Amino acid sequence: MTATESAPTTTHIGARKLRKEDPKLLTGEGKYVDDIHVPGELWMGMVRSTMAHARITGVDTSAAAEMPGVHAVYTGPELQGMGLWAAPLPCAWPVTEDMVNPPHYPTAVDEVHHVGEIVAVVLADSRYGAADAAEQVVVDYEPLPAVASIAAARDGDDMAHSDLESNKAYSWPLVPDPEALDAAFASATHTIKAEFVQQRLIPAAMEPRGVLAVPSPAGGDITLYSATQVPHILKVMVAATTGLPESKLRVIAPAVGGGFGAKLNINPDEILAATLAHKLGRAVRWTETRSEAAFSTHQGRGQLQTIEVAADADGKLKGVRVHLDADMGAYMMLITPGVPLLGSFLYTGVYDVPAFGFSCDGYFTNLTPTDAYRGAGRPEASYAIERAMDLLAAEVGVGPDEIRRRNYLAGGGHFENLETASTLVFDSGHYAPTLDAALELSGYGDLRAEQQRRRDAGESKQLGIGMCTYVEICGLAPSRALAGLNFGSGGWEHAVVRFLPTGKVEVVSGSTPHGQGHETAWSQIVADKLGIDPDDVTVLHSDTAISPLGLDTYGSRSLAVGGVAIAMACDKVIDKAKLIAAHQLEANPDDLEFADGSFTVKGSPDMTMPIQGVAFGAFTAHNLPDGMEPNLQEQVSFDPPNFAFPFGTHICVVEIDEDTGEVKLLDYTAVDDCGNQVNPLIVEGQVHGGIVQGVAQALWEGASYDEDGNCRNPSLLDYLVPSAAEVPSMKLGATYTPSTSNPLGVKGVGEAGTIGSAAAVINAICDALSPYGIKDIEMPATPARVWKTIQEAKGGQS
Amino acid sequence: MQVEMTVNGQPMAADVEPRTLLVHYLRDHLGLTGTNVGCDTSSCGACTIHIDGESAKACTMLAVQARGADVTTIEGLATNGELHPMQTAFMECHGLQCGYCTPGMVMAATSLLAENPNPSEHEVREGLEGNLCRCTGYHNIVKAVLAAAEGGSQ
Repeated sequence: MTATESAPTTTHIGARKLRKEDPKLLTGEGKYVDDIHVPGELWMGMVRSTMAHARITGVDTSAAAEMPGVHAVYTGPELQGMGLWAAPLPCAWPVTEDMVNPPHYPTAVDEVHHVGEIVAVVLADSRYGAADAAEQVVVDYEPLPAVASIAAARDGDDMAHSDLESNKAYSWPLVPDPEALDAAFASATHTIKAEFVQQRLIPAAMEPRGVLAVPSPAGGDITLYSATQVPHILKVMVAATTGLPESKLRVIAPAVGGGFGAKLNINPDEILAATLAHKLGRAVRWTETRSEAAFSTHQGRGQLQTIEVAADADGKLKGVRVHLDADMGAYMMLITPGVPLLGSFLYTGVYDVPAFGFSCDGYFTNLTPTDAYRGAGRPEASYAIERAMDLLAAEVGVGPDEIRRRNYLAGGGHFENLETASTLVFDSGHYAPTLDAALELSGYGDLRAEQQRRRDAGESKQLGIGMCTYVEICGLAPSRALAGLNFGSGGWEHAVVRFLPTGKVEVVSGSTPHGQGHETAWSQIVADKLGIDPDDVTVLHSDTAISPLGLDTYGSRSLAVGGVAIAMACDKVIDKAKLIAAHQLEANPDDLEFADGSFTVKGSPDMTMPIQGVAFGAFTAHNLPDGMEPNLQEQVSFDPPNFAFPFGTHICVVEIDEDTGEVKLLDYTAVDDCGNQVNPLIVEGQVHGGIVQGVAQALWEGASYDEDGNCRNPSLLDYLVPSAAEVPSMKLGATYTPSTSNPLGVKGVGEAGTIGSAAAVINAICDALSPYGIKDIEMPATPARVWKTIQEAKGGQS
Repeated sequence: MQVEMTVNGQPMAADVEPRTLLVHYLRDHLGLTGTNVGCDTSSCGACTIHIDGESAKACTMLAVQARGADVTTIEGLATNGELHPMQTAFMECHGLQCGYCTPGMVMAATSLLAENPNPSEHEVREGLEGNLCRCTGYHNIVKAVLAAAEGGSQ
């Protein structure tokens, strides 16, 4: 199988089906956490540290406690003394045996470690009352030196936690063959060494996080509504953290307004709401404000990267060596330490690299904790190698397209199950066609001509063209592979497919949507498999009472793991239905064919039975084969044998106003290959959104901190999430190289756009500025930074 | 403090704290939770509604400032169970994913077309500058608004 020019389709898989989810969301019927209310609920307000690192010397709650409508005020020590939790907040990914992991409780007790850490909690009977009361709590601090950057953590003498002797949390190496790596560099004609900064990003899902814990005082159970990507993981972790019996917990992720990784954590507010609701016998709720989110929700990226590449005279890669210094922030959250390692295997990109070495040091700082953000380690990897490839191209004296062609795995041809120098086996790939298509779609030749024309004319607005061929690891994950990385969970996904007596189908999905369109896509898979109408399929999800088994949504895993589980459950349904149909048709099961939703005896077209009829027969159980259980329902837990590795080529065109430093995105082309597509409409939407998030990192976004650890831009006034006015429409293409990791041949696509785009944008900017000898510019490439870089380069020339 | 206004064609009255934001009045007092809150700086536009036919961010004004006004929220846009053409266009163009910005985006877009029935792509993009979406990259939102304009929805 290889890339094809048009999408493979069956009746429903591959169709641009409009989404089932939309009518509710378009009319305001979608219920997000903050839309759900119960009688007697108490609003939780957080008193947050104003210092990045300090000893708490006093907390005066008296004024707050006396305010009308205030039910209770609790300080950190008071909460700690109430015995509400059995363990600190969890980190599920201790990447090394000796990783340092300071205990992280929902509230600080005697020392705060980042601005915004919770110091005290108020409970009041209204939204405004909780905010008012929180403001009346007076906290006294004795300031301690703040560690406000990776460099300060690595090179300075101050400790982010005063009881630690080093800020280094861990060192993690991956050097499969050190001798080969040294030899590669020793024998190279060209070597490039570059350092890049992956700035911290604020995820900024449009729905802020929120939680509502509803207790049942007599029954002892708790229902936790949370704006989370991970209701199943949250349930397990709330039980482990609080000591509440897991069987008494029900977690519901109602409509969730985007996640991008920011909603996959186990957060202090969730633990506080669950435990206080349980203790008080009243519902407790909290809704994050946007400006609070810079402190109450983890951030993304935060890495200093050093990449070295070695190549022969033709630019053929011989080795890649990478070191990261990664910013953990103040604490290890759920997968904080593992995020940089998710990228570790991808620093060789799409290229045939004989020798590879990687190391990462994780450091604590007095900043908001970091964790997964769209791409999680993989955009960083793609950025470093794709920037380095452009630097190599300039060194060798060939175009950016040519340097890539010379180095693609399998010579740019189609391959399956190929082991790379980073020890992973790529399921399938076919990279050159994505470059060919992107060059054509972007009008690359004309763009280069226009660029030359502007240069020759000395125009103030110069054109830059940048490209990136990325590969990502998705479909997290084979459980054994996760075990090898010391990850504390498996990577399977669970699905149930059941026929209802009336012939309708219910699907229970363990992966949980927050905008991806699972209900639509899963219906298409089931409709194709069972030969029924997609509208006869209802998808249930995101409620642990309805869907008790699941591992949720992150790492572009929903389709490649969860969607596959659904397809496999359908196969089991068909297998059982065939036995029932054969029994009722008095035929041998081997003589039955299943097509278009009916079983038919081969050669006897009159002897036929629709699957809905079989389902009714299974329900009445009047006439089943001896020993067969009634009902037509099957379940599958699918543990993929390998990851899936989507890829693609992006080409970005920027116009730089050299007088102002403004970078305007003129055009963007993306040719992505995520294997077989279930719904191209949804795929394109994911790519569009992903691209803009990567572009935003390149051009506008970045959490900025002063030397005391204060975030300078926590609100949307200062943190520049792009609007429609900042970005162009995009040109998308696709190739279709089926995955070998699952029977549907599918790969994930949720993070692909973000993984491809930041490097393409910065490569375009550096391309535009190359006449000045400018080789690099730090992200975000703001007008001020671009202008200054140009001025310095001009000064250097004169 | 007593506030009276017409919301989605219905006369509404309530006693609220003077400081109550219009968006919280709609959401917490009237239960019209389709209008969302995405920020605290009037930056994101998730709370966009129509006041006397013009789009406004419901977080930028107090409920009492809307006394006597004719307010339309996303719940009032569809008529007799039929989606408004802008809602249909968003669905057909896949102009929404998580749906959180969508009510505000749709309200802003209908107001945009009321002012400029045949906008260029550039005008649509500039016109929606006050509404942020994190999922779609705006590509399909812009497509939807242009499609709605093409369809003569306004």
